[in-house]
Amino acid sequence: MTKAGTGTGITVAQADTPAPVARLPRRRGIELALIVMAVLLSVFGYCNVGLAQHGTLPPGAAGYGAGLGVLALLAHLAVRLRAPWADPLLLPIGVLLNGLGLVLIYRLDLETPGDRAAPAQLVWSTLGVALFIVVVLLLRDHRVLQRYAYVCVAAALVLLTVPIFFPAVNGARIWIRIDSFSIQPGEFAKVLLAVFFASYLAANRSALAYAGRRVWRLQLPTGRVLGPIVAVWLVSVGVLVLERDLGTSLLFFGLFVVLLYVATGRTGWIAVGLLLASLGAVAVGWLEPHVHSRVEDWLRPFASIEAGDGPNQLAQSLFAFAAGGVTGTGLGLGHSVLIGFAVKSDFILATAGEELGFLGLTAIFLLYALLVERGYRAGLGARDPFGRLLAVGLSSIVALQVFVIAGGVTGLIPLTGMAMPFLAQGGSSVVTNWAIVALLIRVSHAARSQADGRVVP
Amino acid sequence: MTRHIRHAAVFCALLLVALVVNAARVQIVQAPEYDDNPANRRPDIARYQQPRGDILVGGEPVTGSRDTGEHLRFERTYADGPMYAPITGFASQAYGTTLLEHAEDGLLSGADPLLAPLPLWNDVTGAHNPGGDVVTTIDGAAQRAAFEGLGRRKGAVAAIEPSTGRVLALVSTPSYDPQSLSGNGAAASRTWDRLNGDPDKPMLNRAVRRTYPPGSTFKVVTAAAALDAGVVRDLDAPTRSPDPYTLPGTRTRLTNEAEGCRNASLREAFERSCNTVFAKLGVDVGVRGMAATAEAFGFNDAGLRVPFAVSRSTFDTSVDRAQLGLSSIGQYNTRATPLQMAMVAAAVAGGGRVRSPYLVERTLRAGGSLVATAGSRPTREVMRPATAARLKELMTGVVEKGTGANAAIRGATVGGKTGTAQHGVGNSGTPYAWFVSWAQGDRDLEPKVAVAVVVEGSAADRDDISGGGLAAPIARAVMEAALG
Repeated sequence: MTKAGTGTGITVAQADTPAPVARLPRRRGIELALIVMAVLLSVFGYCNVGLAQHGTLPPGAAGYGAGLGVLALLAHLAVRLRAPWADPLLLPIGVLLNGLGLVLIYRLDLETPGDRAAPAQLVWSTLGVALFIVVVLLLRDHRVLQRYAYVCVAAALVLLTVPIFFPAVNGARIWIRIDSFSIQPGEFAKVLLAVFFASYLAANRSALAYAGRRVWRLQLPTGRVLGPIVAVWLVSVGVLVLERDLGTSLLFFGLFVVLLYVATGRTGWIAVGLLLASLGAVAVGWLEPHVHSRVEDWLRPFASIEAGDGPNQLAQSLFAFAAGGVTGTGLGLGHSVLIGFAVKSDFILATAGEELGFLGLTAIFLLYALLVERGYRAGLGARDPFGRLLAVGLSSIVALQVFVIAGGVTGLIPLTGMAMPFLAQGGSSVVTNWAIVALLIRVSHAARSQADGRVVP
Repeated sequence: MTRHIRHAAVFCALLLVALVVNAARVQIVQAPEYDDNPANRRPDIARYQQPRGDILVGGEPVTGSRDTGEHLRFERTYADGPMYAPITGFASQAYGTTLLEHAEDGLLSGADPLLAPLPLWNDVTGAHNPGGDVVTTIDGAAQRAAFEGLGRRKGAVAAIEPSTGRVLALVSTPSYDPQSLSGNGAAASRTWDRLNGDPDKPMLNRAVRRTYPPGSTFKVVTAAAALDAGVVRDLDAPTRSPDPYTLPGTRTRLTNEAEGCRNASLREAFERSCNTVFAKLGVDVGVRGMAATAEAFGFNDAGLRVPFAVSRSTFDTSVDRAQLGLSSIGQYNTRATPLQMAMVAAAVAGGGRVRSPYLVERTLRAGGSLVATAGSRPTREVMRPATAARLKELMTGVVEKGTGANAAIRGATVGGKTGTAQHGVGNSGTPYAWFVSWAQGDRDLEPKVAVAVVVEGSAADRDDISGGGLAAPIARAVMEAALG
């Protein structure tokens, strides 16, 4: 990124707020510069696709650039107005990943003339940015959310349960579908659950850490304290298993373990978490045919080729990544569309890997890593336990989700259908990720505006 | 709490490191293995991403490419597909390539490293070269004359230029349109099934891939062997051969279609196509002499390429004297491709020397710059020049006053030899009508074309199947076209 200059973008504290001892620089100018770069990069990618496919600039390039630019600027203005101390990297990373995702989806649309997803994705991105602006503008203090913890958990459970009453799509009951309109409520539920977990654990962390009996090296909390949260978690994961959304259940599990560990500081929770995760994985992998076949595919991705049935999706995905090599084929010049089904959603990373190569893919991973790192930094800087846990939880959601889906399509772990944050086609996902960035911005603003140069324990 | 947040951050960082390391494994370490997986369609897609180079006849492409907009984007098209199919073969997305399309595939598809402007340049840039063009030696007029001459009959024509070995015409009928195999859809697979199920084998290139008993046309070889070996010194001296001729060591009596073969001179025997005389001459020359001459003409050579492979024409060398007698009149195990018989005529016309035939004059890059030329082909002495001169005399005699009168061309010297080859169990098959010949225009310094025609005939024309009747007019049309 650009060097963090001290001159540009720093404004003197406004007159109506008393100047604290040593506030961190605001760096809104840097944020603006980075946003402009992110928009330009996306427009460049968009033009690149058009040139590679037709030899001419795509007709919508100006509109696309203007649309993305206006959205990003509005978000930036909202941040300037209501969260001026927020981390300047969070928003540009969101804009760049979202813009890149739109480019990749537009690029794949060219190969599938019957199925255009980019326009809808643009609408959803607009809604996502709108939600971002609403959250940044209206949520003056993130601690307010603590009051709505139980509303959140109730809403989350309802959202998770509703898809059971809708028909399954490709084996998973995770969509609510009305006509051609469909949403994936599990996406929203993860933010709500993060709020609930953070709130509950912040309120009960001493009781969790120090009350109850001690078994071997593990300090067990009392059932009264642990009970509700374990119940919520079990219900969520149980519902997801019913719906066969194993990626999300893994995500909730990881979120729960990370927050429990951070809140209580007990290493034992990690051991318990890993043990339970292994048991659960083995049990589900053994019993559930849907998952069992995924594990088989992961262990032997080319078995279907040897059997004469042609490459399966995972094999096609590996071929796509391999075809990219170090530098990639160039945007618009790959053939990841061979993956077929879910090439714009679960497997969008294969297009990035093929056309941008290992270097481009690493850059994308680094963007996610930076996003997560900035989220963690906001958590470290926050003074209230709720804010810390919320930032850590939301960042961990992004990290875990990236790991689960990217690891799945590159053959590192068994494949579970999930959306690559910001990149993949999927309205619910884009909106949710903008909500996550908005909440991180809020926590970050609170942390940095209060900071006096030291990290408060 | 801070410490534990840092621990969680380290955990997330480890997840990222695992992703990057795994991406490096897939994209760098194992990439070559994945790229080479036969189920990976990318090589095919890359191959058909650009139009294929063209095959040219007389400066005009007889092939083309069509942009389908599909994954395998460009499909092959053919102008006069059936006529040129024995040269081009097909280039199919589903069934691969054959003949020139196969032999020159690297050049036509752009994969040949010779096409790159600089060595290794494409390895650096990952670029594909546009396909190069193949300029053939084919004479379009001769090709058309042969194709139309054969018409609906089953048969083949091969014509070569004796002084160079350039193949001027290569025709096989019944033919097929290679364009119908270009794509990879249902239509292509239906055509494929139909062509493969057709008892007439339209995809068989009869001119180079099928061997026939050459029958009496093989008497050119036997005469050359007899003259070279000194068994016959005077074309007009009686040959002391009986009629009928009892094959040595058997009670089988060989007879003639023609009258007056007893003790006929070589000239008379050649003009009348006397089986008895030539069987006896072959026996008199002996297996070693006959085999040496036949192999000098190109028989028993499995390595001939033009540049696609030509089937081996055979002269059996492990025969007794009776079998040798039959072999010497083009029966028993003697078999020849039409191209081989054109080489026999060319060797006579070329003064006893033959050059191995070739189809590709030169290859060009897409911009027209030269990749390679055919260059001069090695020549091989088949017989003494004096023998060749006497054989030319004999062959002109056949056209002027023998069985080959149908091949005569005004304003040109034409030499020929007819053949009607028996085959099948007890000679039950419809005989093959052969004609081999060469022609020299009155203003030419040397013979310009040597032709072999074989017509498989049909039940309909069983009665008048003869080399002179069915095959000679086709040969004449080809020679006229080649003489211009």
